[in-house]
Amino acid sequence: MKITFIAADGTVTPVEVTAGESIMRAAVQNDVDGVIGECGGSMMCATCHCYVDDAWTDAVGPQEDGESDLLDCAASEVRASSRLSCQIKMRPELDGVVIHLPESQL
Amino acid sequence: MERIVIIGSGQGGQQAASSLRQEGYQGQILLLGEEPGLPYQRPPLSKAYMANGDAGALTLKPASFYDRAAISLQDRTRVSRIERVTREVVTEAGARHAYDHLILATGARNFRPPIAGLDAPGVVELRTLSDAAHIRDSLAATGHAVVIGGGFIGLEFAAMARAAGVAVTVIEASPRLMARAVSPGMSARFLELHREMGCTIIFDALADAILHDPHGAAAGVALRDGRQIAGDLVLVATGVRPNVELAADAGLVCDNGIRVDGQLLTSDPAISALGDVASFPDPDGVHIRLESVQAAVDHARHIARRLVHGSAADYAALPWFWSDQGKFKLQIAGLSTGADRVMSLPQPQAELLVLAFRAGRLIAVETLSAPALHMAGRRLIGASFEMLEAHGFDLRAAVKAMAEPV
Repeated sequence: MKITFIAADGTVTPVEVTAGESIMRAAVQNDVDGVIGECGGSMMCATCHCYVDDAWTDAVGPQEDGESDLLDCAASEVRASSRLSCQIKMRPELDGVVIHLPESQL
Repeated sequence: MERIVIIGSGQGGQQAASSLRQEGYQGQILLLGEEPGLPYQRPPLSKAYMANGDAGALTLKPASFYDRAAISLQDRTRVSRIERVTREVVTEAGARHAYDHLILATGARNFRPPIAGLDAPGVVELRTLSDAAHIRDSLAATGHAVVIGGGFIGLEFAAMARAAGVAVTVIEASPRLMARAVSPGMSARFLELHREMGCTIIFDALADAILHDPHGAAAGVALRDGRQIAGDLVLVATGVRPNVELAADAGLVCDNGIRVDGQLLTSDPAISALGDVASFPDPDGVHIRLESVQAAVDHARHIARRLVHGSAADYAALPWFWSDQGKFKLQIAGLSTGADRVMSLPQPQAELLVLAFRAGRLIAVETLSAPALHMAGRRLIGASFEMLEAHGFDLRAAVKAMAEPV
């Protein structure tokens, strides 16, 4: 399965992942700049903030319970497409998903 | 500054190395770690890793990161001494590494309580990936696990073992669970939860000796009051001690950890210390030592900024902690030390919320399976009792009111 990360400066990084992997882990494990994931996906921080590409927001789905409160603490602007990437697990219908990264996570 | 050496490649040491690069440091970085392999996250060892055994998921950064960031990582490397006069560290293998600045991220090790027979097969501890892998391998053949210590690690393991169908008895020396970390109300709630999970918990009980089977393997624990708890796996989870020896031998001031100032500098201005091993001043100037990812990571960032950009405001990051026990998530914002008022607030359709105040200000918030309340709590530390009372202690309403222009 494929994820395409687009950094705030326009850098495009395609990454191969397996189903069940979170988008946060995929970014961290593939050394994609712009995602920190400080708490390891425990919903304890907001350092894996991402913007889901407009073409993919329906497939990815809305924020999970509690996510918006964490995003209130995010360092960059929160938009309708904002998600915590640790809460998005890869599944077949997300193959090819495009994820935009904010300028800063801290 | 041409060369920075970091001793300790846990999450704090790793963060110091990556933050130095993020802040624009151009010199050499040498990261020395004792354990084999790439730096990894410890918190999941007693949580997700116990359930799924996926060691690869623990790695903080892939090998390519260290190449790209020009961070020289040496694993399986034990440092035997620091020579402050010549500014060198000497490894056990005899290599000498010069430093312009040294960062001590030596962490902590498990405390071994005075219990006879701790070396018996079947007695385990949990700190490293190797420890966790060993426990995981043993668990399948375990009928009854005895846990010595009812703190975070012991209880996270207990919940995992119960989920795996293993009988569990927890022996706790104090009258309540997690006594050092949470309020009595939260302790009581977790006691209910662990009993519901089928765990047996014995309070005010001191372990005296490990019992043995005829082959010399652990067969349970003898308590000081004469009781015997049978079990084929014994987890010793009785807290940690900071690894201060290198620093102390080098003559640095140590007192419950390596003593640092508000800039996280030790008594030698060429040496900083961070994370579990650092005893640092809290905002009131009282020295504290925290065993947490938050402190390790925030200390590391503070030190990196100082080394690259010079001294700024003293370290003042808000402490936070978490513990996943079964499907329950305990989250703590702030420190409740010195609280003069603690309120347990049962929530309708939700789990317990605990607020701790000192001198009329909110100093700590404990939440249970409520990440949103936890985040609201973090932003409200320092708020007045009256302000929270005016909002009926509804943290989310209080945060909203704070955000609105007056």
